[in-house]
Parts: sequence; C-alpha cells; structure tokens
Amino acid sequence: MNLPVIIKFVIDLLAVLLLALGIKGLSKVKSARDANRLAAFAMSLSVVGLLSYYLGTSGIAVQSWIWIIIGTIIGSLFGAILAKKVPMTSMPETVALFNGCGGMSSLLVALGVAIFPLSNSVENLDFFKSLINEVSISVSIFVGAITFTGSIVAMAKLQGWLSTPGWTQSKVRHFVNIVFAVASLIAFFDLINGNTSSIWLLVIVSSLLGIGVTLPIGGADMPVVISLLNSYSGIAAAAAGFVVDSQLLIVAGAMVGAAGLILTQVMCKGMNRSLVSVLFGGSLSAQSTTSSGSGEYTNITSCSVEECALTLEAANKVIIVPGYGLAVAQAQHTLREVTKKLEQNGIEVVYAIHPVAGRMPGHMNVLLAEADVPYEQLKEMDVVNPDFPATDVVLVLGANDVVNPQAKNDSSSPLYGMPVLDVQEARTVFVIKRGMSAGYSGIKNDLFDLPNTSMVFGDAKKVLNDLIGELKDLGVGEK
Amino acid sequence: MSFISLLWVLLLGSLLGLELIGKVPPTLHTPLMSGANAISGITMLAALTLIVKAEGNVPLLIIGSVSLGFALFNVVGGFFVTDRMLAMFSRKSSNKK
Repeated sequence: MNLPVIIKFVIDLLAVLLLALGIKGLSKVKSARDANRLAAFAMSLSVVGLLSYYLGTSGIAVQSWIWIIIGTIIGSLFGAILAKKVPMTSMPETVALFNGCGGMSSLLVALGVAIFPLSNSVENLDFFKSLINEVSISVSIFVGAITFTGSIVAMAKLQGWLSTPGWTQSKVRHFVNIVFAVASLIAFFDLINGNTSSIWLLVIVSSLLGIGVTLPIGGADMPVVISLLNSYSGIAAAAAGFVVDSQLLIVAGAMVGAAGLILTQVMCKGMNRSLVSVLFGGSLSAQSTTSSGSGEYTNITSCSVEECALTLEAANKVIIVPGYGLAVAQAQHTLREVTKKLEQNGIEVVYAIHPVAGRMPGHMNVLLAEADVPYEQLKEMDVVNPDFPATDVVLVLGANDVVNPQAKNDSSSPLYGMPVLDVQEARTVFVIKRGMSAGYSGIKNDLFDLPNTSMVFGDAKKVLNDLIGELKDLGVGEK
Repeated sequence: MSFISLLWVLLLGSLLGLELIGKVPPTLHTPLMSGANAISGITMLAALTLIVKAEGNVPLLIIGSVSLGFALFNVVGGFFVTDRMLAMFSRKSSNKK
C-alpha cells in the first residue's frame, strides 16, 4: 500500500464515522445543528480525500479541474440561493427538488460510465466483474430516474403546478405502470446481455415509471412519497458507489436509504396508512367521494371573533391545534402574539402537535419555532390527548383531518383508525377556517357538527389579528 | 475491492442507518429528512471520479460536470436549508437562558 491509498483510507474512515455521528446527532434537539455541520464537514472531507488520492496517484488534468470547478460553482450557487430564499412553508417541495437532483446525479454518473467505459474497467474483462458493473449501472439508472421524475412530480403537485389527472384514479394507471415496469425489466436484461443501446430505453421507461407512480398519489400522502424517494436517492447513490468502486459512497448511500425507509414508516404510522395503500391506493379523496354519502353538515354553529375572545378570556387552559392552513396564511407569528397575551393573563397555553401536522412530520414544529414558540409548549399527540377533558378552549387553526372524530367512531370512514387529537372532549372548540371546504383527505369532518364546536370563518391571519384587537379591548394581557 | 466485501459494506451501512434513526423526536423529522437528503448527495464523489478519469473525453467531462452540479445543488442546498431550520430551534433555546 502506498501513501495516497493509506491517506484516502484514513480520510474515508473518518468521513464515514463523522457522517454516522452526524445522523445520530440530528436525532437530538440539542445537538442537531452541530450534527448537521459535522455531516457537512464530513462531506467536504470526503471530497478532499478523493481529490488528494487522485493528485497523489494518477494526477488530475487541467481540463478536469476546469469542469470540476464549473460544476461545483454552478451547483453550489443555485443550491445556496434556493436554500436561503425558500419560505419555511415550502420545505417539503424544496426537499423533494434537492432529492430529485441527487437522483439525477447518480443517473448521469451511471449513464456516463455506460456510454464511455472508464479505462480501468476495460482492463479487467472478467465476466463476473463486467456483470456486476452492468447490474450496478442499470440499478443506478433505474432508481436514479425514478427518484428524479418522482421528486419533480411530487414537488410540482405540492406547489400546485400539477393536479391529479382523472385517468390516474382509474385502474388504467396500474396497467400503464405495469407496462413501464415490464419494459424497464426488458431493457435491464437487454443491457446486461451487452446491448448498450437499450440504456436509453431504460432511462426513458424508468423516468416514465417515476411519473406514473407518483402522479396518482394525493397531496395528503405526498410527504410519505418524498420520504420514500429520499430513501431511493440513497439507494441510487449506493448503486453509483458500486459503479465507481467507492466504499464511502456505498456506506453513505446505504445509511440514507435505510434511514429514509424508517422515516417513511414513521410517517405512514402517523397517518394510519400502509405504504402499499399510499403507493397503489391512489388519492384518498377519490375513494371517499364514492364511499361516504354523509357529505352534508346539519348542525353548524358559527360565531364572531368577539365571542371567541370572551370565551378565551374566561378560560384557564387553552390548547392550540395548528395545521397546514395556519402556515399557508403565514399566521404563526400572529398566533404567537395571541398566545402571549393569554399567557400574560395567567392562562395556560399548550400547542398540540399531531405527528403529521403541516405537510411532513415535524414540519409544524419548525414553523412554530420560526415564530419563537417555546419548545416546552409543543406537546405531542399522545401526551396531550388525556388533557383535552380538562381543557376549557381548543383553538383549531387550519387543521382538519387530524381532529376528525370519524377516525375513532365511524368504521366506514377512510380515516378510521388514524390517530387523531380528541379535541371534542374539551369544553369549547373554536375552528378557525376560511369556509366549509373539506380537508386534504376531502372527507367531511364530524367535529364541525358537534354542539360544543363553533366555527369562526375567515382567513387565519385576519381572524387572529381581530382576536388580538378584541383581547386588547377586554384588557387581556395589559399590565 | 472485491464485490463480496462491497456487499458487506452495503449490508453494514444499511444496518447502521436503521440503528441511527431508531428514536427521533417528531420535531426533528423534517430536519433529519432534509439532512439525510443532503448526505445522499455524496454521489458527488462518483461525479468527481468520472471527471478525473475522463482523460480528455469532452462529452464525459460534460456529463460528469453536470452530474457534479446536480449533486452539489443537493448537498449545499440540503445542508443550508437544514441549518436554517435548526437555527430556529437553537435561537429559541438561547432566548430562554
């Protein structure tokens, strides 16, 4: 073993260790930020390791440097700009976009190696080795393409650029996807047989498969898909690791792939959806329109902001249930002002966070943290549920499906079995909502019909602003 | 590196990933996903290898460079956006003191 090999070995080992510590640290609130930086450092270290290895062995041509610098500057610049500019509410879309680009990168590497075999892989034309090479190239292209197109479709759907076409809700989509999958398989075997031109078929069909699988999935299930695609991009990276013979790539890719799977599982549990039904069941709303006939509300009570303020003033304990609607209205800061006033009046305020509040697990925590809500006030569902009977007022802001009692009471409901917040147990429930439109799942919310529920209609931000005014008039929070 | 030992690397890496993520508070799910996503941009190493080994083959250099760009978009953007999210948590805890 010569020196460059040893140096690279040590650096790679260190990088893997730091990456593992980084992922580990990301799972604790205290260490998360440092852990993220540690992981970023480990990534830079791995680049230094690779470049120093080539400098010490074959050398790096000037031409190569130029292209390295071009790619680095353009990619980093766009990434940094987007990361700085994007609003926190669009986090799921952003992660999807980044993820898709990671998949694209693995795809391109495999494509490059397939079209122009690297010099060292031509030398050893061992049958077994070339088979492994072709299999890893195919896997990298297949998974990379699905990751890319799937992520882009997921992003477009979350941004509202793309709606769910009608035909994708019919059984036709299964047929179409099976055709794509079979075609990918044919291209895969053709490629292994040595027919290099079928690589383009593989690229095209697996890209179409990514679109075909993601397009029918409804908005509510999109986070699960993004998490799954995140796992795929790890697998694609690991496959690319086999292509270029890099252990570091394989370890890091495998770690991300496995971690993504666990996270996907957690999300599915939170929504009481199995991964299979997310992937093949189509959009939840499409099923519910045919299955549930009880679409009409019969007993809606609406009330003014003033009444709401009066009830809040008299309360001892208030629980806030924030949902994505709150984030869309950018009302988390206004909400914080309202709760500050209540706290100054000695009222206990707690935020009940459903596991899938927002659009991703933990998304709501990020949004509330942005508004300076103390971490201790955020209570998870299991912790807060026993508290509802002893609560005077619950404010539901832009949440819908996660407070639907149907999930507990109505076994025919598509939501049945999903863990929900038992807000109806509280004395009074105020639901602040734009109108009577259904939630993400498109299912009627029985909560709205209950006698202790009052609807306050209006944009969340405007209602909360009015609420601040009313509370001021009542002298709440004034010293 | 023999194929078999690479498979071992794959297996152990996967097990490590499963263990590391085991217990995470929901608060951190989104940052964790975003951070893990940034790490999946490690494929930039493959892109770099491609460019270094291209030996003046311009189409391959271009493919490698574009691939590197995509990967770094993922890595740099991913880490920055994760840091932005996590900064909110730490800002809050420092306010408390």
